[in-house]
Amino acid sequence: MTDIAENGTEAVRGVAVTLNGRVIDAQPGELVINAAERAGVYIPRFCHHPRMQPVGMCRMCIVEIDTGRGPALLPSCMIPVAEGMVVETESPVTRKAQDGVLEFLLVNHPLDCPVCDKGGECPLQDQTVAFGPGESRFVEEKRHHEKPIAISDVVQLDRERCILCDRCTRFAKTVAGDPLISFVNRGNETEVNTFPDHPFASYFSGNTVQICPVGALTATPYRFKARPWDLDQVESTCTSCSVGCRVAVESSSNQLVRYLGVDVDAVNWGWLCDKGRFDFEAVNSENRLARPLARQGDDLVEVSWSDALTKAASALGGAKERHGSSSIAVVGGARLTNEEAYAWSKLARSVLGTDSVDAQMGDGLPSDVVLGLPRATIDETCAAGTVVLLGPDLKEELPILYLRLRDAVVNHGLNVIEISASQTSMTRYAAVSLRYRPGEAAVLVQELFEHAGDVDVQADLGRARALLEANNVVCVLGRPSVAERADSVVQAALRLRSRVPGMRFLSALRRANIHGALDMGLSPGMLPGRVSLEEGREVFTEAWGQLPGSVGLDTAGVLRAAAEGRIQALILVGADPLADFPDRDLARRGVAGAGFVLAVDCFATDSVRQADVVLPAVSYAEKAGTTTNIEGRVSRLHQKVTAPGTTRPDWMIACDLAERLGGDLGFETAEAIWDEIERLAPAHSGLTAQRLASSEGLEGIVAAGPSSILETTMDVTATATLPVDGYSLRLVSTRKLYDNGTLVQQSPSLAPLAPGEVVRANPADLDRLGVASNDRVRVASSRGAVVAPVEADAAVARGTVLLAFNQSGSGAADLIDVSLPVTEVRVETVGIGDREVSG
Amino acid sequence: MGRLNAGNVALAHEIIGRYPRTKSALIPLLHLAQEQDGWVSDEAMVHIAELLDLTPSEVLGTCSFYEMFKREPVGRYLVNVCTSIACMLGGGDELLEHCEKSLGLTPGATTADGLFTLNEVECIAACTEAPCLQVNYRYFHRITNEEVDALFADLRAGGRSGEIPPHGTLTRVRQQVDPQRWDGRGGEGLPEERS
Repeated sequence: MTDIAENGTEAVRGVAVTLNGRVIDAQPGELVINAAERAGVYIPRFCHHPRMQPVGMCRMCIVEIDTGRGPALLPSCMIPVAEGMVVETESPVTRKAQDGVLEFLLVNHPLDCPVCDKGGECPLQDQTVAFGPGESRFVEEKRHHEKPIAISDVVQLDRERCILCDRCTRFAKTVAGDPLISFVNRGNETEVNTFPDHPFASYFSGNTVQICPVGALTATPYRFKARPWDLDQVESTCTSCSVGCRVAVESSSNQLVRYLGVDVDAVNWGWLCDKGRFDFEAVNSENRLARPLARQGDDLVEVSWSDALTKAASALGGAKERHGSSSIAVVGGARLTNEEAYAWSKLARSVLGTDSVDAQMGDGLPSDVVLGLPRATIDETCAAGTVVLLGPDLKEELPILYLRLRDAVVNHGLNVIEISASQTSMTRYAAVSLRYRPGEAAVLVQELFEHAGDVDVQADLGRARALLEANNVVCVLGRPSVAERADSVVQAALRLRSRVPGMRFLSALRRANIHGALDMGLSPGMLPGRVSLEEGREVFTEAWGQLPGSVGLDTAGVLRAAAEGRIQALILVGADPLADFPDRDLARRGVAGAGFVLAVDCFATDSVRQADVVLPAVSYAEKAGTTTNIEGRVSRLHQKVTAPGTTRPDWMIACDLAERLGGDLGFETAEAIWDEIERLAPAHSGLTAQRLASSEGLEGIVAAGPSSILETTMDVTATATLPVDGYSLRLVSTRKLYDNGTLVQQSPSLAPLAPGEVVRANPADLDRLGVASNDRVRVASSRGAVVAPVEADAAVARGTVLLAFNQSGSGAADLIDVSLPVTEVRVETVGIGDREVSG
Repeated sequence: MGRLNAGNVALAHEIIGRYPRTKSALIPLLHLAQEQDGWVSDEAMVHIAELLDLTPSEVLGTCSFYEMFKREPVGRYLVNVCTSIACMLGGGDELLEHCEKSLGLTPGATTADGLFTLNEVECIAACTEAPCLQVNYRYFHRITNEEVDALFADLRAGGRSGEIPPHGTLTRVRQQVDPQRWDGRGGEGLPEERS
């Protein structure tokens, strides 16, 4: 390869390798096993995985390779190609070697294929048939292990079937960064196992099941559910969070049984998080809403679609007639496909006449910031000179983005500057990790450029500033905590942008298709295609007939108005403000204060139970359409199973309502909606259905359309430090991957994994307050109080207290007042263990 | 018992400081735990994982590779009797049988007083001195039944403590001499005139 490197013109030409007598063109540095595969010759393998470093563990890919010193049997997964190399994958010597390796691998394998979940799609089974001996000469007793053992709540390990290929252990260590499984008792009794009582509790554990080349690792939710030859499969996009991982959705007898990660270079590299992998159970749930409901006194009773729609339409029409369009509001929409979001956007603007629509639940960022800042893709972020993290704990909220960034740090030297209120999963990978006092992110950013911080953080600030001078800086921007208002975070981001020329942004808003919903105008003052109401007024008035005159309210504004009796009709489209809005007191008053509540949902959430009319919607994998991820990447969703009962897709519900209100959205199919989006939405122009359906669309296509929204007048110079109250701590509230949300709680395998309500605080603060770890404490704010156990945790910054959002128990939402910049709380002991203490 | 005591934690930090990578101190710390308790408990492995920023699983993966790290309690004296070919020809089987009788143990077991654990082992690299056994890895060559009985009696009586320290005792981990004063060290740090 050196002679190629020396000659500039030959650098693009490949390496000539003779493979089974034919000369192939391999790429410099490519491994023999990969070069052969690209040339159409499959070399059998177990341990080799294209997304992990080779280890040469299983010896299955051994082939005759002649590098000029005569042929030798070498593992083709460890040998890079070289000019003039001769490779024989089918010679008698190679065949005999492979035959021998398989006979060895099968020595201890139980051959229990008839009762093994992997049977039928098992590389060991397939390669034994293709390359192995017909029978074994081994007559001795095979090793025996208890089978299977649970190594985590969702993964089972059958050590008898394991061939020790190091795929799962390598994945856990090098990809997930959670080395909780290892080879133990190495030697004659090597096995994969966990440490006793330290389970493989990784958010990524399901991937090991997918990459296990035998039936050793099986997923509890899939065990004995189906045989591979019974499975129906479509490729789709995961909507458990907003990363948009590509998945194969598999069903048997019209029930979802399994998701597999599909390797897409731009996004998930084949990996999925366990929430995304196993939350199909929620789609299958018995608790799904199957028929429309309407209120009769205190109860919701089943009614026909016709009755429900008529009742809803008359309430909506009545509200519009008597109180004007601004008395109607639509909250939610992140669950919808792009097409459905567009239909609801059109319904709200052109038929209901209201601009008070918001897909965010007060836990995100202003949509003009999300849509208006210059964008970076995930690939661009990972390849950036420096990445600034100003957002939530990525491992908890956007797990696969965490994997990609972790890989960029560990394997490619990416420098990360973390700006957060307490340590996160990325802290150990950050070049510099800076703490800001909750509510004062912008102050920290100012100090960063002006070096006004404490002396002991000066060095960190200096290093961060040096890193920001790199070319190509990307900021991953989200909402770090719902216990502080978004303003300071936005101000911090804008100030960074003003000081770092060319800085681009990657959104870290977590909820499903939130970016698609915002792109489709489910946000006050926005129209489809990332244009403001005024910018798009002419085009959309012509296309839609009419538009609201002025900008409407966001979710917080809607709830406030509803609490004051100014909202006559509140439509919740897959929204559960009682659980998801940061300020539960306001959410409760808002939902109760609305004259009429229409809920369109898949489950009877707390908020849905307050509704007057409930329309059941189809769920993920029951509908086709498109979704948009954090990058603005549009990719397709496919239907796999039929929806329960008489549920309808959300776009159809929007059309039905429009019709009953005397309007016409003009859609017969979801495809027709996409055609209109492509025609009208500036950011989506040229993104035709044909392109999305082509091979180009397999990765999804980034809607990079320009945006001129953010001509912000926000003052980036003003800095407000908030007065420090010596008796209080500042609340930080973030999400955990497993929470009290519908997807997790309706998935029996995932629901028990939610950690529950625990207060975390710095040990020094607890000492100062005279509170001991494991005490029960009362955490009180101006809004309310929560009683929960407390744990001392040095990862929590001094002066703050951490309480995860939306766990079982009363919850952080009871403490947060969204009108305040930050939530101050007092912590006091109310009980030691089970014993209550007075005073 | 279990986690490293305060003195050993201090020593652990000193040992960690000797290596460019924290993880390199794993085996020395396992030795330290074995010295403290006579064996390596799960609690000790968890503690070592905390000290080295590893997971307990990684510590177990390494610990379980080495036969000489005992993950179950063993006696104060670990008696390894060789029955590989040279010792077998020299009377190793008979020696083992005598040890079994003398201690009242089958191989792998520990006496009720926690004093002796008896093991049958493969070649211990002293074939010229067959039959032989080890007590806490100290060799006893061409040992006769009478010498075995005398040895065990001495140990029961608390003798030979200078010759055979309790199982796990380390002799080389504590460095009390300033490395600058060592002789024979290569590389950096050596005075000019010696290199």
